[in-house]
Amino acid sequence: MSVTDIHKDPTALTMRVTSEWDAPIASVWRLWADPRRLERWWGPPTYPATVVEHDLRPGGKVSYFMTSPEGEQHQGWWRVVDVEEPHRLDLEDGFADTDGNPDAAMPTTQFTVTFAELPGGATRMVIESRFPSSEAMDQMVEMGMEEGLAAAMGQIDAVLATA
Amino acid sequence: MYNRMVVDERRVTRAEVERADLLFHALADATRRDIVRRVLQAEHSVSDLARRYPMSFAAVQKHVAVLERADLVTKHQRGRERIVRGRIDAVRDVNRLLEGLETVWRDRMERFGEVLAEGGQGEQQ
Repeated sequence: MSVTDIHKDPTALTMRVTSEWDAPIASVWRLWADPRRLERWWGPPTYPATVVEHDLRPGGKVSYFMTSPEGEQHQGWWRVVDVEEPHRLDLEDGFADTDGNPDAAMPTTQFTVTFAELPGGATRMVIESRFPSSEAMDQMVEMGMEEGLAAAMGQIDAVLATA
Repeated sequence: MYNRMVVDERRVTRAEVERADLLFHALADATRRDIVRRVLQAEHSVSDLARRYPMSFAAVQKHVAVLERADLVTKHQRGRERIVRGRIDAVRDVNRLLEGLETVWRDRMERFGEVLAEGGQGEQQ
Protein backbone atom coordinates (compact mmCIF):
# COMPACT_ATOMS: atom_id res chain seq x y z
CA MET A 1 0.00 0.00 0.00
CA SER A 2 1.51 3.22 -1.25
CA VAL A 3 4.93 4.07 -2.65
CA THR A 4 7.13 1.02 -3.17
CA ASP A 5 9.96 2.57 -5.17
CA ILE A 6 11.26 5.90 -6.42
CA HIS A 7 13.88 5.73 -9.09
CA LYS A 8 15.67 8.91 -10.17
CA ASP A 9 17.91 8.94 -13.18
CA PRO A 10 19.77 12.25 -13.43
CA THR A 11 21.32 11.27 -16.76
CA ALA A 12 18.05 10.65 -18.52
CA LEU A 13 16.41 13.30 -16.33
CA THR A 14 13.59 10.98 -15.41
CA MET A 15 11.89 9.98 -12.22
CA ARG A 16 9.75 6.88 -11.77
CA VAL A 17 7.38 6.59 -8.82
CA THR A 18 5.99 3.09 -8.31
CA SER A 19 3.10 2.56 -5.93
CA GLU A 20 0.78 -0.28 -5.02
CA TRP A 21 -2.77 0.12 -3.80
CA ASP A 22 -5.13 -2.31 -2.17
CA ALA A 23 -7.93 -1.26 -4.48
CA PRO A 24 -9.31 -2.28 -7.86
CA ILE A 25 -7.81 -0.72 -10.96
CA ALA A 26 -11.02 1.20 -11.72
CA SER A 27 -10.88 2.96 -8.34
CA VAL A 28 -7.25 3.95 -8.82
CA TRP A 29 -8.03 5.22 -12.32
CA ARG A 30 -10.93 7.29 -10.98
CA LEU A 31 -8.54 9.41 -8.90
CA TRP A 32 -7.21 10.77 -12.21
CA ALA A 33 -10.44 10.68 -14.17
CA ASP A 34 -12.68 12.44 -11.64
CA PRO A 35 -11.63 16.11 -11.35
CA ARG A 36 -13.05 16.43 -7.81
CA ARG A 37 -10.94 13.52 -6.65
CA LEU A 38 -7.90 14.61 -8.64
CA GLU A 39 -7.78 18.05 -7.07
CA ARG A 40 -7.80 16.58 -3.59
CA TRP A 41 -4.46 14.82 -4.01
CA TRP A 42 -2.69 16.87 -6.67
CA GLY A 43 -2.08 19.89 -4.43
CA PRO A 44 -1.29 19.97 -0.69
CA PRO A 45 -4.08 21.13 1.68
CA THR A 46 -2.48 24.52 2.19
CA TYR A 47 -1.84 24.93 -1.53
CA PRO A 48 -5.04 23.41 -2.88
CA ALA A 49 -5.57 22.60 -6.51
CA THR A 50 -8.76 23.56 -8.32
CA VAL A 51 -9.39 21.76 -11.58
CA VAL A 52 -11.13 24.01 -14.11
CA GLU A 53 -11.22 22.04 -17.36
CA HIS A 54 -10.94 18.28 -17.42
CA ASP A 55 -11.13 16.56 -20.78
CA LEU A 56 -9.32 13.29 -20.40
CA ARG A 57 -9.37 12.30 -24.07
CA PRO A 58 -6.48 12.23 -26.54
CA GLY A 59 -5.84 15.85 -27.50
CA GLY A 60 -7.89 17.05 -24.54
CA LYS A 61 -6.86 19.60 -21.95
CA VAL A 62 -6.92 19.67 -18.20
CA SER A 63 -6.38 23.04 -16.58
CA TYR A 64 -5.99 23.78 -12.91
CA PHE A 65 -4.71 26.38 -10.53
CA MET A 66 -3.13 26.09 -7.13
CA THR A 67 -3.85 28.73 -4.51
CA SER A 68 -1.08 29.82 -2.16
CA PRO A 69 -1.76 30.66 1.51
CA GLU A 70 -1.54 34.32 0.45
CA GLY A 71 -4.26 33.78 -2.12
CA GLU A 72 -1.93 33.83 -5.11
CA GLN A 73 -2.99 31.55 -7.96
CA HIS A 74 -0.52 29.46 -9.93
CA GLN A 75 -1.94 28.16 -13.18
CA GLY A 76 -1.06 24.79 -14.61
CA TRP A 77 -2.24 22.58 -17.43
CA TRP A 78 -2.01 19.10 -18.88
CA ARG A 79 -2.18 18.27 -22.51
CA VAL A 80 -3.61 14.79 -22.88
CA VAL A 81 -1.41 12.94 -25.35
CA ASP A 82 -2.94 9.50 -25.09
CA VAL A 83 -5.45 7.63 -22.95
CA GLU A 84 -6.09 3.94 -22.64
CA GLU A 85 -8.61 3.51 -19.85
CA PRO A 86 -7.86 2.13 -17.29
CA HIS A 87 -4.28 1.16 -18.15
CA ARG A 88 -2.38 4.15 -19.40
CA LEU A 89 -2.27 7.93 -19.41
CA ASP A 90 0.21 10.05 -21.40
CA LEU A 91 0.31 13.66 -20.30
CA GLU A 92 2.32 16.79 -20.79
CA ASP A 93 2.31 19.00 -17.70
CA GLY A 94 3.20 22.68 -17.87
CA PHE A 95 2.86 26.06 -16.23
CA ALA A 96 0.57 28.77 -17.51
CA ASP A 97 0.40 32.52 -17.20
CA THR A 98 -2.26 34.26 -15.10
CA ASP A 99 -4.81 33.93 -17.94
CA GLY A 100 -4.24 30.18 -18.06
CA ASN A 101 -2.36 30.24 -21.38
CA PRO A 102 0.64 27.89 -21.58
CA ASP A 103 3.82 29.69 -20.59
CA ALA A 104 6.21 29.08 -23.48
CA ALA A 105 9.19 30.26 -21.47
CA MET A 106 8.78 27.43 -18.97
CA PRO A 107 9.82 23.85 -19.59
CA THR A 108 7.16 21.16 -19.61
CA THR A 109 7.25 17.70 -18.09
CA GLN A 110 6.05 14.54 -19.84
CA PHE A 111 4.23 11.99 -17.74
CA THR A 112 3.34 8.43 -18.44
CA VAL A 113 1.13 6.73 -15.89
CA THR A 114 0.53 3.01 -16.18
CA PHE A 115 -1.91 0.95 -14.15
CA ALA A 116 -1.69 -2.83 -13.74
CA GLU A 117 -3.85 -5.31 -11.87
CA LEU A 118 -2.00 -7.41 -9.32
CA PRO A 119 -3.08 -10.82 -8.05
CA GLY A 120 -5.63 -10.43 -5.26
CA GLY A 121 -7.29 -7.35 -6.73
CA ALA A 122 -4.58 -4.81 -5.89
CA THR A 123 -3.29 -2.26 -8.39
CA ARG A 124 0.19 -1.11 -9.28
CA MET A 125 0.58 2.44 -10.57
CA VAL A 126 3.80 3.65 -12.14
CA ILE A 127 4.26 7.36 -12.80
CA GLU A 128 7.19 8.20 -14.98
CA SER A 129 8.09 11.86 -15.47
CA ARG A 130 10.56 13.05 -18.06
CA PHE A 131 12.02 16.52 -18.13
CA PRO A 132 12.94 18.25 -21.35
CA SER A 133 16.11 16.27 -21.83
CA SER A 134 18.96 17.34 -24.02
CA GLU A 135 22.62 16.78 -24.58
CA ALA A 136 23.01 19.60 -22.12
CA MET A 137 21.84 17.26 -19.38
CA ASP A 138 24.46 14.67 -20.28
CA GLN A 139 26.95 17.45 -20.18
CA MET A 140 25.95 18.43 -16.67
CA VAL A 141 26.38 14.93 -15.36
CA GLU A 142 29.68 14.58 -17.13
CA MET A 143 30.84 17.82 -15.58
CA GLY A 144 29.80 16.52 -12.19
CA MET A 145 32.09 13.56 -12.68
CA GLU A 146 34.88 15.86 -13.68
CA GLU A 147 34.54 17.65 -10.40
CA GLY A 148 37.32 15.65 -8.77
CA LEU A 149 39.62 16.31 -11.67
CA ALA A 150 38.84 20.02 -11.58
CA ALA A 151 39.68 20.18 -7.88
CA ALA A 152 42.94 18.34 -8.40
CA MET A 153 43.94 20.79 -11.07
CA GLY A 154 43.03 23.79 -8.97
CA GLN A 155 46.57 24.87 -8.30
CA ILE A 156 47.57 25.23 -11.92
CA ASP A 157 44.70 27.60 -12.68
CA ALA A 158 46.85 30.67 -12.76
CA VAL A 159 49.46 29.11 -15.02
CA LEU A 160 46.91 27.99 -17.60
CA ALA A 161 45.05 31.28 -17.47
CA THR A 162 48.09 33.11 -18.74
CA ALA A 163 49.00 30.48 -21.34
CA MET B 1 4.48 22.05 10.08
CA TYR B 2 4.08 19.23 7.62
CA ASN B 3 1.98 21.41 5.35
CA ARG B 4 4.42 24.26 5.56
CA MET B 5 7.13 21.97 4.23
CA VAL B 6 4.98 20.85 1.35
CA VAL B 7 4.21 24.42 0.41
CA ASP B 8 7.85 25.35 0.48
CA GLU B 9 8.75 22.34 -1.64
CA ARG B 10 6.26 23.40 -4.26
CA ARG B 11 7.86 26.83 -4.41
CA VAL B 12 11.38 25.50 -4.47
CA THR B 13 10.48 23.17 -7.28
CA ARG B 14 8.96 25.89 -9.40
CA ALA B 15 11.94 28.16 -8.90
CA GLU B 16 14.31 25.34 -9.65
CA VAL B 17 12.50 24.33 -12.79
CA GLU B 18 12.95 27.88 -14.01
CA ARG B 19 16.57 27.73 -13.08
CA ALA B 20 17.08 24.41 -14.84
CA ASP B 21 15.65 26.00 -17.97
CA LEU B 22 18.31 28.73 -17.82
CA LEU B 23 20.96 26.04 -17.39
CA PHE B 24 19.71 24.00 -20.35
CA HIS B 25 19.60 27.04 -22.56
CA ALA B 26 23.12 28.03 -21.56
CA LEU B 27 24.47 24.54 -22.20
CA ALA B 28 22.58 23.94 -25.44
CA ASP B 29 25.43 25.52 -27.40
CA ALA B 30 28.66 23.60 -28.15
CA THR B 31 30.96 26.60 -27.73
CA ARG B 32 29.44 27.46 -24.38
CA ARG B 33 29.83 23.88 -23.21
CA ASP B 34 33.45 23.98 -24.25
CA ILE B 35 33.99 27.24 -22.38
CA VAL B 36 32.42 25.78 -19.23
CA ARG B 37 34.61 22.70 -19.49
CA ARG B 38 37.72 24.87 -19.81
CA VAL B 39 36.97 27.28 -17.00
CA LEU B 40 35.96 24.48 -14.63
CA GLN B 41 39.45 23.11 -14.93
CA ALA B 42 41.23 26.45 -14.78
CA GLU B 43 40.27 30.10 -14.80
CA HIS B 44 40.75 31.90 -18.10
CA SER B 45 40.64 35.51 -19.12
CA VAL B 46 38.01 36.49 -21.66
CA SER B 47 40.70 37.45 -24.16
CA ASP B 48 42.41 34.09 -23.72
CA LEU B 49 39.09 32.33 -24.40
CA ALA B 50 38.52 34.54 -27.42
CA ARG B 51 41.82 33.40 -28.92
CA ARG B 52 40.71 29.77 -28.72
CA TYR B 53 37.57 30.06 -30.84
CA PRO B 54 37.19 31.10 -34.45
CA MET B 55 34.87 33.96 -33.62
CA SER B 56 35.03 37.57 -32.59
CA PHE B 57 35.92 38.74 -29.12
CA ALA B 58 32.40 40.18 -28.84
CA ALA B 59 30.84 36.81 -29.71
CA VAL B 60 32.86 35.01 -27.03
CA GLN B 61 31.98 37.75 -24.60
CA LYS B 62 28.29 37.15 -25.33
CA HIS B 63 28.66 33.42 -24.68
CA VAL B 64 30.33 34.16 -21.36
CA ALA B 65 27.47 36.51 -20.44
CA VAL B 66 24.89 33.75 -21.08
CA LEU B 67 26.89 31.35 -18.90
CA GLU B 68 27.14 33.99 -16.20
CA ARG B 69 23.35 34.53 -16.21
CA ALA B 70 22.86 30.80 -15.73
CA ASP B 71 25.30 30.95 -12.83
CA LEU B 72 27.61 28.46 -14.52
CA VAL B 73 30.58 30.82 -14.41
CA THR B 74 31.67 33.86 -12.45
CA LYS B 75 33.63 36.77 -13.83
CA HIS B 76 35.89 39.21 -12.04
CA GLN B 77 38.31 41.94 -12.97
CA ARG B 78 42.04 41.48 -12.51
CA GLY B 79 44.08 44.38 -13.75
CA ARG B 80 43.01 44.93 -17.34
CA GLU B 81 41.79 41.34 -17.70
CA ARG B 82 38.38 39.88 -17.00
CA ILE B 83 38.83 36.45 -15.46
CA VAL B 84 36.22 33.71 -15.94
CA ARG B 85 35.88 30.82 -13.53
CA GLY B 86 33.53 27.80 -13.55
CA ARG B 87 30.99 27.13 -10.79
CA ILE B 88 30.74 23.45 -9.98
CA ASP B 89 27.76 24.11 -7.69
CA ALA B 90 25.62 24.73 -10.75
CA VAL B 91 26.02 21.09 -11.69
CA ARG B 92 24.65 20.03 -8.33
CA ASP B 93 21.46 22.00 -8.90
CA VAL B 94 20.00 19.35 -11.17
CA ASN B 95 20.23 16.80 -8.41
CA ARG B 96 18.51 19.21 -6.06
CA LEU B 97 15.73 19.61 -8.61
CA LEU B 98 15.15 15.86 -8.69
CA GLU B 99 15.20 15.64 -4.90
CA GLY B 100 12.65 18.42 -4.55
CA LEU B 101 10.44 16.64 -7.02
CA GLU B 102 10.69 13.37 -5.13
CA THR B 103 9.28 15.07 -2.04
CA VAL B 104 6.41 16.54 -4.06
CA TRP B 105 5.47 13.08 -5.35
CA ARG B 106 5.84 11.32 -2.00
CA ASP B 107 3.38 13.81 -0.52
CA ARG B 108 1.05 13.42 -3.47
CA MET B 109 1.02 9.65 -3.11
CA GLU B 110 0.25 9.95 0.59
CA ARG B 111 -2.82 12.03 -0.24
CA PHE B 112 -3.66 9.68 -3.11
CA GLY B 113 -3.90 6.87 -0.56
CA GLU B 114 -6.18 8.94 1.67
CA VAL B 115 -8.58 9.82 -1.11
CA LEU B 116 -8.55 6.23 -2.37
CA ALA B 117 -9.35 4.87 1.09
CA GLU B 118 -12.61 6.82 1.09
CA GLY B 119 -13.74 4.50 -1.65
CA GLY B 120 -16.80 5.00 -3.81
CA GLN B 121 -18.44 7.77 -1.81
CA GLY B 122 -19.57 10.99 -3.41
CA GLU B 123 -17.47 13.94 -4.37
CA GLN B 124 -17.54 15.85 -1.12
CA GLN B 125 -14.49 17.89 -0.19
